[in-house]
Order: sequence, then structure tokens, then C-alpha cells
Amino acid sequence: MVEFYLQLHPVIQGLLKGLAVILVIFPIGGACSMAERKVSAWIQGRPGPNRASVPWISWIPFLGTFLQRLGIFHVMADGGKMLFKEDALPGHVNKFYFILAPIVAMIPALTTVTTVPFGAYLDEAGRVIPLALANVDIGLLAIFAVSSLGVYSLILAGWASNSKYPFLGGVRASAQLISYELSMTLSVVPLFLWVNEPGREATLGLGRVVEFQSQPGFMGGMWFLFIMPVSAFIFLTSLFAETNRQPFDMPESESDLVGGFHTEYGAFKWGLFFVAEYAHMVIGSAVFTLLFLGGWNPLPWVSLADMATWVHLADQPILLGVLSIGIFLGKVLAMIFFFMWVRWTVPRFRYDQVMEIGWKKLLPLAIANLLAYAIGIAIIQK
Amino acid sequence: MAVIPLERKPLTLIERTYVPQIVAGLKTTLTHLLRPKETLEYPEQRPAIPAGYRGVPTLVKDPHGREKCVSCQLCEFVCPPKAIRITPGEIAPGAPTSHVEKAPQEFEIDMLRCIYCGMCQEVCPEEAIFLQNQFSMTGYTREEMVNNKARLYELGGTLPDQHHKWDKKKTAEEHGNDRH
Repeated sequence: MVEFYLQLHPVIQGLLKGLAVILVIFPIGGACSMAERKVSAWIQGRPGPNRASVPWISWIPFLGTFLQRLGIFHVMADGGKMLFKEDALPGHVNKFYFILAPIVAMIPALTTVTTVPFGAYLDEAGRVIPLALANVDIGLLAIFAVSSLGVYSLILAGWASNSKYPFLGGVRASAQLISYELSMTLSVVPLFLWVNEPGREATLGLGRVVEFQSQPGFMGGMWFLFIMPVSAFIFLTSLFAETNRQPFDMPESESDLVGGFHTEYGAFKWGLFFVAEYAHMVIGSAVFTLLFLGGWNPLPWVSLADMATWVHLADQPILLGVLSIGIFLGKVLAMIFFFMWVRWTVPRFRYDQVMEIGWKKLLPLAIANLLAYAIGIAIIQK
Repeated sequence: MAVIPLERKPLTLIERTYVPQIVAGLKTTLTHLLRPKETLEYPEQRPAIPAGYRGVPTLVKDPHGREKCVSCQLCEFVCPPKAIRITPGEIAPGAPTSHVEKAPQEFEIDMLRCIYCGMCQEVCPEEAIFLQNQFSMTGYTREEMVNNKARLYELGGTLPDQHHKWDKKKTAEEHGNDRH
């Protein structure tokens, strides 16, 4: 089967790989919406959605009830509802841009997946080869460039809706996303200064960052979370703002703007915005995992190659690849749980507070952090 | 009361970053996440009904199976929303309880009008009408929401009786005393 796959045309190979990744991302998106409801419920002392069931599956003695209690079938019910609901188009909107906005939301959300490596295997020479749709050198830059296009969909939706609340939501979205983009980018610069040692080919690739975190030795095996905690903190905070998650849910702000940019949207178009938002969350968590949490390395100071020798999988590229993807997805899902956990912990900020935190606190902190590490790295790597 | 002056300390640098507070908050929400759930999953789990609860009004029988209502119509007259409608009737002369003389021919409580005030229970001289534990009363039509006599006895069942008033009267009469 592997030989058959390898003899296919590269374009078809690429398409198959892309399809495989989309087939993983979409169910994760769906599962996230259910996880959101479940985690919210658990934190509030409720059992959460647990009633929907499919006859044949729920008749399985133990597993069926367990799945029903977990709310698995509500995912299907939610999706089905979203799909078959009447898709009302208000009369006062600018129809072309109104329909365009949710589509524009999906494009960057799914495009960024291509440059995110999600696993690794060892080749015959014992080198770690990252698994990605496109393991390109510009890596993180591509992700930043494409994912920041996502804000256009919010502005477009807010403007095309042609009413007050969506417009305010769109304006807030643009201001917030631009403000936090700066600190986010500045926070990862020291990391790449550290990774791109003198005498090496320069790269912004995420595979290289993980490779750097899986070196032997005390400093080599250390995750960037420990080496650069301030960077990690700034990146994480900006990530919350970039993905419009509480406590930075200014574009939506259902408590003061009804629904913000998506007030006028319903049914499947509204669903697309939410799939895009969850896709952004997944990608953001994946990038954070790669940059600061050691990617597919199981534990700090334990690299994937070490683990492969322990469990005797070094010569089994497919099994090791699956294992590494499992480790990586586990970390990503833990990050997503953290997103939901924070949502029910930190009260949301007021709009002026969001701006103040972004410009007066995080940006100076990110610049100071960059200067400190730049000087430190210059001294160490001289 | 003594006035206790409190020293108001300015926030330290670490406090002003909010990080310790957020960590403490995360700890609180995590304990809530792991705690047993508060929800009562209604149709399967029912709430404990406290004593003296005023649920759906019902008619009850005494432990000997005698219907206690004598159709005096006091409840009908006292009912604030006029939910009760009684058609009085007589007990056939040959029946064992014929000395009670009267019993309702029809007894209807319109549950769309009933306000669950419990005045019918309070006013009843025969202790025949009780607001019991049933709290959920549903139906698809207006007619379904009117409880007739049969339904009222079905809902009410039998409650213990401390007096057995009419039995005492019957024995008194048999011993030659005036039953009134």
C-alpha cells in the first residue's frame, strides 16, 4: 500500500494528504463545540448535554450509555440543525459581501493547516523527519500572514450586515486583532533568534523549532516554555485575543453587542464562522505546542527519538508517525481545554481595557523581552 | 463597637500583573469541574417533596374505602378562582353508609383555574380534599385539564383517618343515642 501511494502523481499525493488532514481537523472542530458545552457545564456544576441518542448505538450495554452521557450524539444533532435550518437573508444587507464573509473566514482557517507540522518519524539514518503538508522554511511567517487575513471576514461581516451592532463588532475586531498581532509576532522573535544559531541555514520553520527542543542535554531538551516563559505568556495572551476567545471576545461581545459581527447571521453561514473560530483555536494551540511545548516530544528532556528506542519503534516509521501524531494531538487538545477553562475563569475585559493591555502592557513587555533575549543570545552565541 | 483600622497596602508588582489571581481563579474553576454535579436530572430523578407541600388537589377515601366527601360544597364556595364545581347527590338508602346521606354525584376541579392555594383543604369539614405531592399536571386539551370525580379519587387514594366520625355516629345510633 505504501508503494502504491508513493508511485502516485505528487499532486494526487498532496491532495490525499490534504484530505486526510481536513478529515481530522473537521471532526476536531465538531468535537470542540461539544467539548465547549461540556466543559462549560462541568465547571458550572451541570452534567451538560446528555440526552440525544441514536437507537442502535445506545443499545450497546455500557459503551452506548457512556457515549450518550458524553453528548456525542448532540454533535450530530447540532450539525444537522445548523445544516437544515432556514437560512434567512435580511433585506437590508449587502448580499454579495454578506455571503462572502463566512467563506473568507474559512479560507485562512484551513490554509494555515498546510504549514503546521503535526508529527514526525525516523528515517533509516535515524534522523527525525517532520510530517506536514508543506514543511516550508517560512513556516511561522506563512501562518501569521495567512491567519491575520481572518480579520477581513469579521470586518466584512460587520460592514455588510449594514446595522449598528455588527458594525461595532467589526470595528472592534479589526482594532483588537491588529493590536495583538504586534505583541504576538514580537514575542516569538527571541525564540527564532535562539534557534537560528550562527553557522546554520536560517529558517522560520516550525519543524526546526521542535528539533531544537529535542536535543540531548539539560538545556537542549528543555522546552521553550521554560527557557522563555515571558515570551510564552505574551504569545498565549495574544493567542486568546487573536482567536477572539474570552476574556477578549470583543468582536462578538454578546453581553453588549447582541452578537457582534455575526448578529445578522444564522444557520449554516453562522456555523461557518464558528468552524473557522475553532479551526483558528486548533491551529493556534498547535503553533503554541510546537513553539513552546516541544511539539511531538512526549516530555521535557525526553525526545521522540529517545522514546522510539525505548518502545522499539525506531524502525517502524508508520507506527512511530501515528504515535507522534497522537502525542501532538494530545497536547493540542490539552491546550484547547485550557482555552475553555480560562473562558469560565477570567471575566471578560471592557473594550478600553483590551486596548490598554494590548498597547500599554503587552507591547512594551514584548519589546523589553526581545531586547533582553537579544542581548543574552548575543553574549551566549558569540 | 471598636473601630479597627485596616492597613491598605498598595498592590505589589506581581499582583498588578494579575497572574496570581488568574491562577487562583483557575484552581477554583478546576475544583468545580471535578466536584459532583448539582443538577437533578428531572424525569428520572425526582425532587424530595417537603411535608405540607401543596400539589394537585385530590379527593381521598378513608381506610375503610368510604368516600369522605359529603358534597357540602364549602370548597366550591371558598375556592377563590372558582375552579371547583360540585353536583350534589344522595347515597342510596340500602347502602352501608346510608346514614351519611349525601355524596357528590359529580366533582370537577378545573386545573387550568386552580391556583393551588389550599383553601379547599383548609375549609373541608370532612377532611376529604387534600393537596397532595403531585406537582406536574399536563394535558393536550382543556377537557383533559379538568379532573372529574373518578380521576380525583384515583389521584387521591386513601389517607389515614384519625376520627372515623361517621363510624362513631353509626355505633352511637345503634346504642340508641341520638347521632346528632
